[in-house]
Amino acid sequence: MRARRKRRPASYGFGFLDENAKKELRRALMKAVAIPGYQVPYASREMPIARGFGTGGLQITLALLGEDDTVKVIDQGSDESVNAANLRKFFALVCLGVTETTRTTDATVIQTRHRIPERRLRADQILVFQVPYPDPLVVVEANAGKRREMHGAANYARLWTKLYEDMVTFDEITISHRYPTRIAGHYVIDPSPIPRWDVPKLHMADCLYLFGAGREKRIYAVPPHTTAQPLSFSDVPFRVEDFTDEHGKRRACARCGATGTFLDELLAADSVKSYHCSDIDFCTETLKATQCAPSSKSAA
Amino acid sequence: MSYVAIRGGAEAIAQSNRLLDAVRALGGDQASIEVEMIERQMPILHGRVLSEGGLYHPTLAALALKQSLGDPLEAAFMLRAYRSTQPRLATTPIHDTSRMRLIRRISAAFKDIPGGQMLGPTPDYLQRLFRFDLIEEDRTMFTSLAREWLGNLPDDAVPATFPKVIDALRAEGLLAPASPQDAEPFDITRAPLVFPVPRSAALATMARGETGGLLALAYSNMRGYGDVHPTVGELRVGYLPILLPHPATGELIEAGEVLITECEIVAMYEDTGNGGKPTLTLGYGACFGHNEVKAIAMAILDRSMQAGITHGPRNPSEDPEFVLLHVDGIESMGFCTHYKMPHYITFQSDLDRLRTTQKKHAQKAEEKFHAR
Repeated sequence: MRARRKRRPASYGFGFLDENAKKELRRALMKAVAIPGYQVPYASREMPIARGFGTGGLQITLALLGEDDTVKVIDQGSDESVNAANLRKFFALVCLGVTETTRTTDATVIQTRHRIPERRLRADQILVFQVPYPDPLVVVEANAGKRREMHGAANYARLWTKLYEDMVTFDEITISHRYPTRIAGHYVIDPSPIPRWDVPKLHMADCLYLFGAGREKRIYAVPPHTTAQPLSFSDVPFRVEDFTDEHGKRRACARCGATGTFLDELLAADSVKSYHCSDIDFCTETLKATQCAPSSKSAA
Repeated sequence: MSYVAIRGGAEAIAQSNRLLDAVRALGGDQASIEVEMIERQMPILHGRVLSEGGLYHPTLAALALKQSLGDPLEAAFMLRAYRSTQPRLATTPIHDTSRMRLIRRISAAFKDIPGGQMLGPTPDYLQRLFRFDLIEEDRTMFTSLAREWLGNLPDDAVPATFPKVIDALRAEGLLAPASPQDAEPFDITRAPLVFPVPRSAALATMARGETGGLLALAYSNMRGYGDVHPTVGELRVGYLPILLPHPATGELIEAGEVLITECEIVAMYEDTGNGGKPTLTLGYGACFGHNEVKAIAMAILDRSMQAGITHGPRNPSEDPEFVLLHVDGIESMGFCTHYKMPHYITFQSDLDRLRTTQKKHAQKAEEKFHAR
């Protein structure tokens, strides 16, 4: 997508938020980076998009963006999903001079809901997550005060018990997404509703991961080169989503042919299923590469 | 085969926004509703938006109602979002509501109160019957309503201020003296709620809470999930002069006035736990606009949460965390609507878990069958 430069509306300043709010957000971000996985409380501001639509991620992105930044927004892996399109429209309106892109490699800041891009992010890139539930302990403890104590003592016994009970009842750990993940050996985080497929990308990454929960008013981070271990038992390994077909063959994307990506399952009218990459940019780039060099299989 | 996720989002949103705007105009040749009409002729709805939006900006509150097609949650949300762009320039001192210019004040505790009961505009004793003639209201009749009412008022009809009923209870020692205001009030717009929170944080959160949410929780206490049994010591509605420190001299000056509703409920005495003199207990509620249900519900919840802090919460309405994290309309409405957004990644993950579990379940059943 080409760069857009738009006139700033008279009534709203650069980055929408008032400068004191941005300063406070940056302080919370610094603290979050300094204590990997710790949920930093902050005075989340109301945004012109609804709570639950990414206000936490949005506030972080607005506090980060400068005029020389290039921003990408994805929702479910797609730049054109309605919510991603709406957020991008908002950035165009209140962040004059910021370049928009749909290309993962071009972006300096990527705001995401529910996915981590397939392509490994670089040290000069920041991924901002929209977080509905910042606390992984909420599934076992409703009271926020008690949860804070449990985190402080790294007391995750009740989470382990929940995993064990799953094994007893279903022979499987039933947590499908928002998989509890231990950061730098202490705090367990809710990595936002990303699929299990994306969880290993948090481990020893080159880029910075920032998590914003606007409604619950918490910010946390997984800094680069930090360990991120999904909770699992030594005899029950953590497993990502299985995309093998009934013959035991890995399904490929029907559009680009990639066999190493998270796939969307699509139901056609005749109830025939097809599978496509969820990361649209990755899919498009793979398609381009194979079209340019049809003999090359390595692109996928 | 359809593949909707690749493109089309931006265009779909643009068209949807245009359609939403056009809905206002589907009445054909009707005139567009004026912002001032909303403020003047729907003051209760307008006041609710001011209160839940947490920003006293009458014109923008009316505009928000116009833009949101009359949705109070959406309108309050717009005001709140606008608030995020504004710096905090000054802080008011704690205001004395005995200085209010009243339009209504009643007490359910005493038959007669210093200054007297003043019913003011209230639907309480209205028979909820339709006045069918208002469907097509006569313009001249309408414009003469206020003129006639104001014209017939004697000059000294209403005193400038009224004393507070609970001050009389305090003077008699039936109610504990007001706690000293030494601590800086908690500013919920600049700090998140990390429990336990001071009472000022609870009051501020409820003051911009959603009317229906506060009412539901307070009603649970009234019905029996709790035992506040309130008596309305005083309910007053009126205009409170707002004092602000002058930017240069620091001297307090009157910057304007805001319409507020204030309610003080008194409840039965309790064991103080420290051998102190038993006194009646107080619950306080106040909000922008004329919204008596909200002020009363808030006062009951203030009382129930204080009881919960003293004795440990025995009911949802006595648990500050439960009450305060669930009464904000902007937050609850936002999270409720967010479920309409695409969730196909997480659903895909859910299906993966279910299919694997079903496979294991089938294997187990088969093993059992063969083992027999």
